[in-house]
Amino acid sequence: MNQPSKYAIETRGLNIFYGDFQAVKDISLQFERNRITAIIGPSGCGKSTVLRAFNRMNDFVPSAHATGEVLYHDQNINHPSVDAVQLRRLIGMVFQKPNPFPKSIYDNIAWGAKMNGFRGNTDDLVEETLRQAALWDEVKDNLKRSALALSGGQQQRLCIARALAVRPEIILMDEPCSALDPIATLKIEDLMRELSQNYTIIIVTHNMQQAARASDYTAFFTMDTDRSGIMVEYNETSLIFTKPKDQRTEDYITGRFG
Amino acid sequence: MPRNTLNRQLNMVQDEILILGSMVEQATRAAVGTLKSRDLREAKLVFEQDQIINEKRFAIENAILILMATQQPMARDLRTLAALLEVNTELERMGDYAKGIAKVTLRMGNAEVNLPMVEINQMAELAVGMLHRALGAFIEENANLAVAIPKEDDRIDELFNTAYSKILHEMVANPSTIDNVNLALWVIHNLERMADRVSNICERTVFIATGELFEMDGMDEEDLDV
Repeated sequence: MNQPSKYAIETRGLNIFYGDFQAVKDISLQFERNRITAIIGPSGCGKSTVLRAFNRMNDFVPSAHATGEVLYHDQNINHPSVDAVQLRRLIGMVFQKPNPFPKSIYDNIAWGAKMNGFRGNTDDLVEETLRQAALWDEVKDNLKRSALALSGGQQQRLCIARALAVRPEIILMDEPCSALDPIATLKIEDLMRELSQNYTIIIVTHNMQQAARASDYTAFFTMDTDRSGIMVEYNETSLIFTKPKDQRTEDYITGRFG
Repeated sequence: MPRNTLNRQLNMVQDEILILGSMVEQATRAAVGTLKSRDLREAKLVFEQDQIINEKRFAIENAILILMATQQPMARDLRTLAALLEVNTELERMGDYAKGIAKVTLRMGNAEVNLPMVEINQMAELAVGMLHRALGAFIEENANLAVAIPKEDDRIDELFNTAYSKILHEMVANPSTIDNVNLALWVIHNLERMADRVSNICERTVFIATGELFEMDGMDEEDLDV
């Protein structure tokens, strides 16, 4: 899984079904390396479903199945030979609600890394990842404190640090700021920008202002007449928010639809 | 501190505005220089290079629009971007004045014309100096510096009046050169207008700092006593 590929991840004709219902239809998208790509669109347009397909989180939904390809290092990750656990190490995820383990700040990072076979100096790993997540200065004096005592924004940065500790290549973020106040949100966005130097970030957000502020590329999804999610437009964020090509994109970002 | 992206992009636009300003300063000096040297190649270059100024203006405008659309600036940030948009336009128009002066040289060619070069040179130096300092105050958002600059316009108006009478005298004294001497009126007009536009830049500096919009020297072109 280590040969270089032009894109961090790529989908070709991706369809995802929940039982008989087609949740997303024919999604072909390329995600640039070391860039932040946002997926926006109204509720029910399948953006989270697509995000979860990138590290096979949909495996946990019994009725879900996919056709088409999700290419990572030129390999279709839906192929039976792909180890989903290993895949989720390389393609990490940060969720809507911060979900730290009910353990110390230190253990939140050390645990996952050790379970993934980390053999190095754990103290160094904890410091390095907390620094990368712009949390170190706020917590360094008491790493044994419970993670649950942190503020929401700090908890979310801890979850990002925890994701970084297993050395992923891609970080998926599913509405990572919807439970946070505006200042904590802006801090996460600045952090994303920092992290994009070393990681590829794909973020799903309801908040199109956040997509505008924080991302390099934006994909706009909407619901087709049969209620499946489709991708309408994909371009540089600066173009999507100033000169969208499709009227449906224009209507959505100007607040005239949805 | 949050909003690193906004701050970084804002600084980039401000840098571009400073570059555009120095292009205008350089074009003005060069254009006025050609009135005396009658270096027609140089005049043609200044005339043509206004196109680069125009293109830069559009690029800056585009960058500002993208910033407004993507970064949701508020309060001082919003005022700064609105002011940058305005100053960008002022600079482009000043570039047109320099181009106009270069065009005068091209029209005159090598004809013998008695021009009030002392006043023209002084007007150009004063206007360029005002522009330079006004842009510095603008980028530093220094309202105290900005309010002082438009007062210097009085001196430019004096020079304008002197040059104007000299040009009229020359027209009466040497009617055969009237076609070319008439062109000198364009030159002093352009330089006088340039200084007025510097005042507009200073108004935007005060706007960023205080949120207040008002006209500083109270003198529009039409108020001019000629």
